[in-house]
Amino acid sequence: MNIIGPDYLVFGVDDVAASSEYLTAFGLKPIDVTDKGGLFEALDGSGIIIRHKSDPSLPPPLPTSNMLRQQVYGVRASEDLDAIEAELSKDRRVTRLADGSIETKDDHGFELKFQISKRRELNMPAEKINAPGAPAQRRPNEIGVWEEMPAAPRVLSHVVLFVPDIDVATNFYCGRLGFVITDVLSGAGPFLRPKANDDHHTLFFIRTPEYMKGCEHLAFHMGGPTELMVAGTRFVKKGYQSFWGPGRHKFGSNWFWYFNSPLGCHFEYDADMDKHDDEWIAREAQMGPEASQIVLFEMREKWAPGGPPPGAKP
Amino acid sequence: MVTPQLLCRVEDVAEGEARGFGPLEGYRRKIVILRRNGALHAWLDACPHYPGGTPMAWKTNAYLNGEKTHLACHSHGALFDMESGECVLGPCLGQQLTRIALAISDEGEIFVAAAQEEKRA
Ligand code: FES
Ligand SMILES: [Fe+2]
Repeated sequence: MNIIGPDYLVFGVDDVAASSEYLTAFGLKPIDVTDKGGLFEALDGSGIIIRHKSDPSLPPPLPTSNMLRQQVYGVRASEDLDAIEAELSKDRRVTRLADGSIETKDDHGFELKFQISKRRELNMPAEKINAPGAPAQRRPNEIGVWEEMPAAPRVLSHVVLFVPDIDVATNFYCGRLGFVITDVLSGAGPFLRPKANDDHHTLFFIRTPEYMKGCEHLAFHMGGPTELMVAGTRFVKKGYQSFWGPGRHKFGSNWFWYFNSPLGCHFEYDADMDKHDDEWIAREAQMGPEASQIVLFEMREKWAPGGPPPGAKP
Repeated sequence: MVTPQLLCRVEDVAEGEARGFGPLEGYRRKIVILRRNGALHAWLDACPHYPGGTPMAWKTNAYLNGEKTHLACHSHGALFDMESGECVLGPCLGQQLTRIALAISDEGEIFVAAAQEEKRA
């Protein structure tokens, strides 16, 4: 089962206009978006789909107030869809759609869809750094930052779910769909990566009461920590509300910056996440401020030392 | 001894609207003022879901849910009754927002006195 990761996350929102404004300002590109909603794409074509919560074309809502309606996973080939269908049909209804994709639910009732991935292959450089002792990554005269530098979300990176039972969630995604656990934050839950993706995680669970079941946050990969901080700073300047960050997580090593949103969950910019293969042995740490980050900053308005020399007459 | 500080004016917040002001000297968080059925209510911009409270808007002054029926925390979608401050849906169900006492002058200026527990450490 070559699952690559989330192609799309689908939301049923209570304010389509506000959500559209938000997703665009976050840096996603509206594709055929109307006042009824639509797709907001990252550079590789993965992204967020929104519709009004009363739209009958949406999958049914969770029994909570969470707005997440469906996780759409991309797989490599039609054989992978067949394998998933065969496995999951053993104990639940799996619906085959006209385009060959399949729909079903996980063991907590989260709506799932699997399709041949619509992600486009990206071919663009990572953020380049220069350091003594290592070959320069930027040529002479190649500058690192400039005011209008691009800082667009590249790929839908991961989704984090509030689930009431970690074992049930892990057994489903690992036991039935071939995800592997990369690390565990005990007290919260495990980080998972699917077989056809070497990112540290595309999925993470946080144990919560039943009435909170839903999406805690989702994240998009940026081209590097500088792009992450530039995008976040621009977002804050436009009035959007930072929730946590910028900082760098320990597990996964990814830089992070989380923001509030009108979609009922956090939106995260992330950058420079660890890659893993099957040789990796999962670590475990107790969830808490020390385990969850190596550094944390809080944004402040731009400032610079300066002004008149000390003692100068005003 | 707490000195009252000017927050805004009564006409700054229209019926059915919520706006954030501050943070004032001595506060970590903004104060959300809303007008509901003619009356002004003020709440600390601090969702009780996490200790210490986190800011609730998704954008400057965007504190209400889409239907404009509740104050909302745009972290995980908690909804609060605008007049009682009680969480009626979401992770902090049954918990309360912190009410901020207002003093309104004859000229319509709204003043706030920083409560001790809101003082910056
Ligand atoms: S922080 Fe407000 S609902 Fe979670
Ligand atoms: Fe994340």
